[in-house]
Amino acid sequence: MSNAAAEPIETSLPRARIDWIPLILVPVLAIATLPLVGNVSAWVTLTVAGLAMGMMIFLMASGLTLVFGLMDIINFGHGVFISLGAYATLLVLGPLAGWASADSIGLNLALLVLCIAAAMGLTAVVGVVFERVIVRPVYGNHLKQILVTMGGLIVAEQAIHAIWGASPIPVPVPETLRGAFVIGDIVMERYRVVAIGIGLLVFFAMQVLLNRTRIGLLIRAGVENPEMVEALGYRIRRLFVSVFVAGSALAGLGGVMWAFYRQTLTAGMGMEVMVLVFIVIIIGGLGSVGGCFVGSVLVALMANYVGFLAPKLALVSNILVMALVLIWRPQGLFPVARR
Amino acid sequence: MAKGIDEPLLRLEGVHTHIGPYHILHGVYCEVPNGELTMLLGRNGAGKTTMLRTIMGLWRASSGSIHFDGRDITALPSPDIARSGIAYVPEAMAIFSDLTVRENIVLAARNGPVHSSRLDWMFGLFPALKRFWNLPAGHLSGGQKQMLAIARAIAEPRRLLLVDEPTKGLAPVMIHSMIEAFRALKAAGETILLVEQNFHAASQLGDNVIVMDDGLIVHSGAMSDLVADKALQQRLLGLSLDSHQ
Repeated sequence: MSNAAAEPIETSLPRARIDWIPLILVPVLAIATLPLVGNVSAWVTLTVAGLAMGMMIFLMASGLTLVFGLMDIINFGHGVFISLGAYATLLVLGPLAGWASADSIGLNLALLVLCIAAAMGLTAVVGVVFERVIVRPVYGNHLKQILVTMGGLIVAEQAIHAIWGASPIPVPVPETLRGAFVIGDIVMERYRVVAIGIGLLVFFAMQVLLNRTRIGLLIRAGVENPEMVEALGYRIRRLFVSVFVAGSALAGLGGVMWAFYRQTLTAGMGMEVMVLVFIVIIIGGLGSVGGCFVGSVLVALMANYVGFLAPKLALVSNILVMALVLIWRPQGLFPVARR
Repeated sequence: MAKGIDEPLLRLEGVHTHIGPYHILHGVYCEVPNGELTMLLGRNGAGKTTMLRTIMGLWRASSGSIHFDGRDITALPSPDIARSGIAYVPEAMAIFSDLTVRENIVLAARNGPVHSSRLDWMFGLFPALKRFWNLPAGHLSGGQKQMLAIARAIAEPRRLLLVDEPTKGLAPVMIHSMIEAFRALKAAGETILLVEQNFHAASQLGDNVIVMDDGLIVHSGAMSDLVADKALQQRLLGLSLDSHQ
């Protein structure tokens, strides 16, 4: 074992670059709208509402971007897991209705945690079946993936109708999470603050998982080159299933947060939000969790600001953001190497 | 059953490989002896890369058999082939650009942290990797990426290294470094099957040589015999070593 190779000719030390520009977009957007809104308290309220919505979109979209990046699967059925997660709250709210109406932050938060656990558990189990029955037969064929997962979505929606009925079901926000924090003229809804906290928690947990653990290394490597991961001796299929199940569970978590935010359950609520979900994962860069996070916040803030400043443009603001980002960076804000 | 002393580490018998409608390998018979460096030569499109990928299970042999260390690995999935002790360095290197140099190596070491003495040996072979240890691999130059790809293959002891055109597209000084690295690997007793287009480099390294054409093995033997036989070089490769000096 000798020192055999001469020092290579390339002696310049390449610097690790952090791509700051997309990260700066969010604060730049927020600060730029302050003079347009013209009122600090209204601006803070809009910003908090936008951040909360952004976190919920991130929760719903993060699983899909991983599934897309790692497995190259276009899962139009992802909305099923959002709807199922939302409906899973009924499994907890039914027997524990008293916890929702109790004036106790402890019981209210415990109820929220139980709802999240039920939703993630249910969607994880359904995710295993969905991957095995619907997704696995169409690996490698995008057209079939779109058709089959769309079919799965329709079947699942009808199953929700059959189980829980077709009528919208009201969902009460736990007592102490209703209302708002009022600081001077600034009004921040409590539930939105909680949503921001949960969104940030999940984002940082995902960052730790992806960057500090071996399974995270495998996922990041698999997103880039799944064949080479197999050639290194890892069974990528198992990783695919694990990520698909985790992505489904994350969508279930997003579904719970979205259900309490809307305070109404409908079987189509997952499908309705899928346009936003696809926009943010395209903006972020397919397969990039960080990009999905920035994209979610960017889209949600833009929707809130535009909704306040020019309500007629609110509907097109998301498409406009996506178009501008793709003109600037066709692979999204944080392109993943393979794509 | 005990293996014979002279039994090759890898043996291909009548291997055919189809990729879609294309019939690429037309019945390959060859052997890779244990502890030696075998060069796999042939013009573009001869089937060299297909042979390595078929050994690795990345493309399936449609018939024939592949035995590694006395065990039939023809139908095994790629991860199991890798776990049996074969490491693969593809032509495109396939390093993980978004992962740091360290993370690339950590991932390649399936059985836990790389032993410090092995790490020192790898840094001795490829000093650049030590300097760029915590940088994303995508920031490395082409030669450094190739070094990382090979280092990844030797992060843990393997029985056989399959390396596909490691000097392709590299500057002459990097090719020299690469040749020195393979000399060191050879001296360390590694068994290597190395695809190479550069006959000058191949002739310096190889103990044995296999020449492919049109999906078939057209020659195999000692490298020294091929180096000494200009007419054979001309017939098999359309060149003589003199023209590559």
